[in-house]
Amino acid sequence: MTINLFYFLSFVAVFSALLVVFSKNPVYSVLYLIITFFAIAGHYVLLNAEFLAAVHVIVYAGAIMVLFLYVIMMLNLNTETEPHKSNLLKFAAAICAGLLMIVLVGSLKGSELLQSPVMVHDVGLVKNLGKVLFTDFLLPFEIASVLLLAAMVGAVMLGKSEKPPANETKTSK
Amino acid sequence: MISFLLYKGILSGAILALTLLVAAYSTYAERKIAAFLQDRIGPDRAGPFGILQPLADGLKFIMKEEIIPNVSNKLLFVLGPCIAMLTALMAGVIIPWGGTLIMDGVEYSLQIADLNIGILYVFGVVSIGVYGIMIGGWASNNKFSLLGAIRASAQMISYEIAMGLSIIALIIMTGTLSLREITLLQTGGVGGDWNMWNVVYQPLGFIIFLICAFAECNRTPFDLPECETELVGGYHTEYSSMKLGFYLFAEYINMFVSSAVISTLYFGGYNFPFMNNLGLDHNTITILGTVAFFLKITFFIFFFMWIRWTVPRFRYDQLMNLGWKMLIPLAVVNIFLTGLVLIFMNR
Repeated sequence: MTINLFYFLSFVAVFSALLVVFSKNPVYSVLYLIITFFAIAGHYVLLNAEFLAAVHVIVYAGAIMVLFLYVIMMLNLNTETEPHKSNLLKFAAAICAGLLMIVLVGSLKGSELLQSPVMVHDVGLVKNLGKVLFTDFLLPFEIASVLLLAAMVGAVMLGKSEKPPANETKTSK
Repeated sequence: MISFLLYKGILSGAILALTLLVAAYSTYAERKIAAFLQDRIGPDRAGPFGILQPLADGLKFIMKEEIIPNVSNKLLFVLGPCIAMLTALMAGVIIPWGGTLIMDGVEYSLQIADLNIGILYVFGVVSIGVYGIMIGGWASNNKFSLLGAIRASAQMISYEIAMGLSIIALIIMTGTLSLREITLLQTGGVGGDWNMWNVVYQPLGFIIFLICAFAECNRTPFDLPECETELVGGYHTEYSSMKLGFYLFAEYINMFVSSAVISTLYFGGYNFPFMNNLGLDHNTITILGTVAFFLKITFFIFFFMWIRWTVPRFRYDQLMNLGWKMLIPLAVVNIFLTGLVLIFMNR
């Protein structure tokens, strides 16, 4: 039962990931990417990581992809107006992506021997995950939060307009 | 196994039917309450007191000519209302509608699934709910629809943050994400062990959550996505017939579900005062509890409508200022205060 579900979810994930790349319309690409995220969330549930699955859906499918869709709808990309890349560039991109895949496959191939330091059965449950994060992995956890904070400060700085605030221009009208 | 599936099937069917029934009669209640607040009579032609009005409305929606614009993206145009309806109905799975019924020595819980991530599931469903509006608005190929859809997505993402933060304080206090456990922690209350509803301990969190629930349901004063004066009909400008009906209906289902979530999280769910002091047997308490739960839900649905016909719509910048500059800092302060109080109480 579980193995069938695994194959089904993997099929959905790979198939929709391919469609992300091959669809002509960027809005369709985003929608297929959302389906891929749902399939991956399904994998997390199969691995007893329900918390991770929920957070994955909330953050990736629910927030980040909404912003992607938002931007693509605003830009309204068409196949006519889109600049076309030359064949040389496409060739180079394909080779780079292929090399990256070889590196990833090579690094993951050796990792099946590595045992994860916490192979608790219910590590995905919120209580166990929280305990592990705040004891064994406290430093990486804190560093990741500082990284996110820095990214947020950067985004706010970029989003801030250098023009005078909007309410002043309004009153001058 | 078969009996388990049968029991879950009956329970799911009953809750689905109940959700649709409550949503249908919410439309009737909305019109009656609007009429009452504006000193009119309201619908009174279909049946006694217009009680058959929802049926007449539904029939009209189905019989109307269905128009799909030629320039629209047809598949996504149909998919939009489907997603809106689907996600609206999905959240009902997690809500504990009542305690347990004991029949022939077997205990049946009146909750379809008690996930240990409970409240996060609700957030997941809410966060994908916005796709129904976005896809529908974009696929219509109409600038007003697109503007409505973009407003909806920006609004829902902004208010989701404050909503999530307001819940964190509650989770710190209760120490669980499961809605059933949160409800069980509020058992008793007045007359019993003085185990109060969460609203007593989390008044600020409750107010933030309530405001965000209004924004997530696109209800006045946050119904900017379908602001008639600026956007014709907002994201459903191009929709007609039952597809429009689905969008409107999904709004009422969302209202029902969010009323249920608010009642569960902050108002004791199916608990009612003196429930363990009256000497009633287990099943009677469960049934009375479900009735009490539905009374609380009805009150919150009424509250949604009361606000709609009392408060005018916000301007868009006011909406964003309220979300980002008021509610999010307040929610963070609430988390901080809750943490401090818990540390000093040595829990």
